[in-house]
Amino acid sequence: MSARTPEVTLIDYGMGNLRSVGRAFERAGARVRLAGDADAVRDAERLVLPGVGHLGDCMQRLREGGIAESLVERIRAGCPYLGVCIGLQALLEEGDEGPARGLGLVPGRVARFPESLPGPIPHMGWNLASPVRAHPVVRESYFYFVHSYRAEKVPEAAVVARTEYGGWFPSAVGRDNWVAVQFHPEKSQRAGLALFERFLAWQP
Amino acid sequence: MLTKRVIPCLDVKDGRVVKGIRFTELRDAGDPIEIAAAYDEQCADELCFLDITASHEGRGTLLELVSRTAERVMIPFSVGGGVRTVEDARALLGAGADKVSINTAAVERPELVSETALRLGSANLIVAVDARSREFGVPGSGWEVYTHGGRRPTGLDAVDWALRMERAGAGEILLTSMDRDGTRDGYDLELTRAISDAVRLPVIASGGAGELAHLRQALDDGPGGGGASAVLAASIFHFGTFSIAETKAFLAECGVPVRPVDA
Repeated sequence: MSARTPEVTLIDYGMGNLRSVGRAFERAGARVRLAGDADAVRDAERLVLPGVGHLGDCMQRLREGGIAESLVERIRAGCPYLGVCIGLQALLEEGDEGPARGLGLVPGRVARFPESLPGPIPHMGWNLASPVRAHPVVRESYFYFVHSYRAEKVPEAAVVARTEYGGWFPSAVGRDNWVAVQFHPEKSQRAGLALFERFLAWQP
Repeated sequence: MLTKRVIPCLDVKDGRVVKGIRFTELRDAGDPIEIAAAYDEQCADELCFLDITASHEGRGTLLELVSRTAERVMIPFSVGGGVRTVEDARALLGAGADKVSINTAAVERPELVSETALRLGSANLIVAVDARSREFGVPGSGWEVYTHGGRRPTGLDAVDWALRMERAGAGEILLTSMDRDGTRDGYDLELTRAISDAVRLPVIASGGAGELAHLRQALDDGPGGGGASAVLAASIFHFGTFSIAETKAFLAECGVPVRPVDA
């Protein structure tokens, strides 16, 4: 048994819910470190990109500091990565909100829920994320969602879990050493805490 | 499937939880942080703090309460009461609130809602609408928006106002029936339905919960139901009349989708 405290690096791009994500990771047993520039991202042993807000603004800030390049570089080098909300959307090729060009780590785009949707927009509240295959980090549970845009056209092989809201959408995507979720584990009580714990233990 | 939310509301004054009976009589129901942590444990879906401290000096106490709550709970919580500027909203979110709600100040200065939405995002922003029927007991007479804790009529039609707030960038509507608040006679279903049909936003029904059937009615999307996304209640939870587990079990039995307590 390793006595070493796992460390996570939260990417701090001046937006979003860093504190609540940081607190939840501390509760899950991690030491939390913030990275506000490309070098700090390059040193990370586990990366988390949290975020709420506007995808276009987020991408602009990630690119301004060169964080975007070092993030992609670090993920390609095998560093475990967890994206939360905007941290999922940023991985795709493009998004309507901005419009924005994403990091393009996986094919797909981010589009607004259609106006024809029967339910309210934003999709807000607790919904079930159903894994489409066994995954070491994401298990079936109810999680807290709040978003008006969601991923589409993501290749089947990269979809980890789906959620139903006027049709099914990918609520978790991932491949190899990276995984990203549309919901907010930091606001999802025991289910969210367990997901963070599994991410900390993950050795992809 | 998206579940319907059950939201205990904690009215706080000078850092303590109180519950207004028609907003005039106050009863002390304890320490807000302990209560919030207990509701988190019980699997409430979200929490709502409504600060009714009138004085400006009370803001520091409120921010401290918010920050201590954020340390303890891992479910979303909103804070309302006395939010008059973008800076007030920013301070609450910065202290750890997930959402802020704006009520009186939105009526006095509707641009506050669009400014807050633009600078802090819509997802964090609830507009609270306190409405009272124009002619009590007369169907179709419409509802008027009130401010200042339900004391001051504004002349605004509640449905028009909710639509206007949606366009201004609100992310959610917290709808309180001033006719029903504190009565335990049940939510105003007609009002709740009128607003939830009019806007695309999630609507939280509030005011009048006295028994579990009332919660079911407000959440019911079928004919005669309120069609709300969430229900807010205070005294039925605070005084232990019903636990969150009992509430969810009841709703689930009635076919209302809820997040299971053991999830």
